[in-house]
Amino acid sequence: MSTKNIMIVGVGGQGTLLASRILGNAVIKEGYDVKVSEVHGMSQRGGSVVTYVKFGDKVNSPIVGKGEADIILAFELLEAYRALPYLKKGGKMIINDQQIDPMPVITGVVEYPADIGNKLSALCDCTVTDALALAQEAGNTKAVNVVLIGVMAKNTEIPYDVWVETIKETVPARFLEANLKAFDLGYGI
Amino acid sequence: MAKKLLLGNAAVARGAWEAGVRVVSSYPGTPSTEITENMVQYDDVFVEWAPNEKVAAEVAIGASIAGGRAMTCCKHVGLNVMADPIFTVSYIGSNGGLVICVADDPGMHSSQNEQDSRHYAKAAKMLMLEPADSSECKEYTKKAFELSEKYDVPCFIRLSTRVSHSQSLVELCDKDDVELKPYEKNIAKHVMMPGNAIKRHVVVEERHRALVELAEDCEFNTVEDNGSDIGVITSGISDMYARDALGDKVNYLKLGMVYPLPEKLIKDFAAKCNKVYVIEELDPFIEEHCKAMGVDVIGKDVFTLLGEYTPAMIAKAVLGEDAKEYNEVNEALPNRPPVMCAGCPHRGTFYVLKKLGLTVSGDIGCYTLGAVAPLASVDTTICMGASVSAAHGMAKARGEEFNKKLVSVIGDSTFMHSGITGLIDIVYNKGNNTVIILDNSITGMTGHQDNPTTGKTIRGEATKQVDLLKLCQAVGIDHVVVADPFDVKNFEKIVKAEVERDEPSVIIAQRPCALLKTVKYSGRCEITDKCKKCKICMKLGCPAISVRDGAVVIDATQCNGCGLCTNVCPFGAIEKRD
Repeated sequence: MSTKNIMIVGVGGQGTLLASRILGNAVIKEGYDVKVSEVHGMSQRGGSVVTYVKFGDKVNSPIVGKGEADIILAFELLEAYRALPYLKKGGKMIINDQQIDPMPVITGVVEYPADIGNKLSALCDCTVTDALALAQEAGNTKAVNVVLIGVMAKNTEIPYDVWVETIKETVPARFLEANLKAFDLGYGI
Repeated sequence: MAKKLLLGNAAVARGAWEAGVRVVSSYPGTPSTEITENMVQYDDVFVEWAPNEKVAAEVAIGASIAGGRAMTCCKHVGLNVMADPIFTVSYIGSNGGLVICVADDPGMHSSQNEQDSRHYAKAAKMLMLEPADSSECKEYTKKAFELSEKYDVPCFIRLSTRVSHSQSLVELCDKDDVELKPYEKNIAKHVMMPGNAIKRHVVVEERHRALVELAEDCEFNTVEDNGSDIGVITSGISDMYARDALGDKVNYLKLGMVYPLPEKLIKDFAAKCNKVYVIEELDPFIEEHCKAMGVDVIGKDVFTLLGEYTPAMIAKAVLGEDAKEYNEVNEALPNRPPVMCAGCPHRGTFYVLKKLGLTVSGDIGCYTLGAVAPLASVDTTICMGASVSAAHGMAKARGEEFNKKLVSVIGDSTFMHSGITGLIDIVYNKGNNTVIILDNSITGMTGHQDNPTTGKTIRGEATKQVDLLKLCQAVGIDHVVVADPFDVKNFEKIVKAEVERDEPSVIIAQRPCALLKTVKYSGRCEITDKCKKCKICMKLGCPAISVRDGAVVIDATQCNGCGLCTNVCPFGAIEKRD
C-alpha cells in the first residue's frame, strides 16, 4: 500500500499526542510500517502543535509536506485553517468546532478569523464536529481527542474492533469507559 | 522478537540497556530528555539526573574508567557545558564503553541556537554515529558501546529533533551478557598532566588513523547504486527525506558514521556519478570534507544552512520538481506562540517586574516566556545560568543606579545547574545584585524532571533535598527572602525593598508548577458585574482571560481556579466560584 499521511493539529495541552499514539498503535496491528512524528517542549506550552502519522508498506520521512495529507484531524478551528495547505487535493479534514484564542488575539493585536468552518467547507471535504459536547456526553471533557479519533476511524480501512482494542491498550483503566463511549459517539457521526 | 513502536529516544535507551549499560547520568534538555527518562524502566541500570551536563559526563567517564559501560545524554547546547571533560576523555579513552548521546535541534523547536554538534567529534577526535530512525537508534547505540571498547575511544551518537521525537518500529532483543571490565590503576592513561597527555596525544592520532580505516568498512556506511548519473550523500534524517524526494532516481551513499569520514568510499562513489549532492541539515560538515579531499560536490550552494529540510525542498533542488498542488489560505492568520500555562506561578513574578519597570536578566526555562507580550518583561536570555552572572556584568558596567532597577530571574533547576557559581561571583566580587529564584519545585520546561531541590531522584525515591535558602546564605548572601509570587502586593513590596538594598540579595519566589499532580487548584474564576473594564487582569497574559464583544470573560475550560487574577483586580470584580 502506498503511504497514507495523517496530520493531527491543535493547541498544546489538547491531548493530540495521545491521539497520535492511538492511531500509531492501531495501524501497527494491521501490519503496516508506521512513523509518528511529535513535537515536545516549547511548542506544548499552549502553542500550535503538529503531529504526523504515516503508514504503509515502507515509510521513510516522518514528516508530511504541503499538499500531502490524506486526512487532517484538527482539534481547533484556527489550527485547522492554518493546516489547510498541507491537505492533499481530495483529502479530508475532520475539525473540532472549538475556538481557542491565541495570545495575539487575547491581547487585541489581531482578530480571530471569522467563520472558519464555512470557509474550509467551501475549499475542501470537511466534517465539523462539536467534539467537546460529545466528550461531555461520554462523561469526560478530556476525551475530545478520542471523539475525534472516532470520527476519523470511520474514514479509514482499519476495522472497528482494532480501534477498540488499541484504545483499551493505550488509555488508563480508570478513564477507559468514558473513552470507549467517546470513541463510539465519534464513530457514529 | 516483538516489534514495538518507539520514540527514537526510547530506542536509544533500549539499545543502551541491551548493550549492558550500567550507569546513565544526564541533565534534561529537549529533544534529548526522554532517553534518560526511558532508562528508568530498566531496574538493573543506575540512572540519575545530575545537576548539569558537565557533572553528568564526569559521572559517566568515572563509570567507564571503573570498567562499566556508561552513557550521558544531552541536547546540543548541553554538549557545550560538558565540553571540558569530553575533550580530555578523548585522550583517556574508555575502559567500559562510553557513549555520549547528543540531540541537535535544527529549526530550534525548543532551543536558543542551532549549532551543529558534528564539529565536536572532529575537534575532540572521537567517533560519531548518526541514526536516521528508531530502529537505527537502537542498533547504532549498541554498536557504539562495542566500538568504544574496541578502539578505546568515547563514541558520540548524534540525533536530531525529528529522529529523537519520531516513533518507528523497533525489534526488541534480550540484554547482552556484558561483564564489568577489570579496573586497573594506570597513571599514564588516566592522569592527564602534561607529561602523560603528550604521550596520549600520540595515541589519539594513531587511533584516528584506525578510525578512518574503520569508516571505509563500517556497516553503517552504505551505497545504493540505482544506475543514475546523480549521486547523493546523506546522513541521519536527511537520508529519509532524500528517499521520499528522489526514490530510485539517484544513487545513495548513506553515512551512518559521520566522523571520521571514509575518504576512499566517498571518492569511489563520486567517481561513478556526474553530479554529487551532499544533503545535510545545518553546517556543510560532510561537504567541506569532500571538497578538502578534492571531490567536487554540490551542497550549501543549493541547500540552506537554516532550519529543517523537507522532501519537497530536496526534490526541487536535485530534480527541479515542483511541490504538490495545495490550497493557500488567503488571509493573514494570527500566530499562536507558546504561553505560560493558566495557573503558572511565574505569571505573578513577571506581572510585578513589568509593573515596576525593572530590567530583567533572564535564563533558560518556561520563564523565558516572560519575554512574550503582554508580560514582555525579560530583557536577556543567553544560556543556562547566565541570568545571574550577566546581571553582575551589567551592574559593573553601568553602575549602582542601573543596578537598583535590575533583577535576575532563574528557575530552581537552572540555579542548581549553573546559577550558584554566578551568585558566588557576586558575593566574592562585591556585587549588589538581586536574584529571584523562581522555585516551582520541578524542572518544568523539559516536562517535569526532579532535581536536587525537589527531594526526589529520577526514580521517585526520597533523597536529601538541597535547601535553597541555606545554600544562598552559606555562600554569603545575608538577605534571603522567601515569598509567594501570587501574593502580588507583598511580592511587589519585597522586590522594591531588595533592589534598593546596598547588598546582594536573593528572593525565592516559591509556588509549585500548576501542572504538578500535587497541585490541586479547584473551582474557577468569574468576572462579576463589578467589572469596570479597566483590563488590568489582561496584563497577566493568562490564556483563560480574553475580551469578547468589549467585555472581559474567563474561559471556564481553560481556567484552573488559581486565583491570581482575583489578587490583581483593583475593584474586587473577579470572584472564585466552586
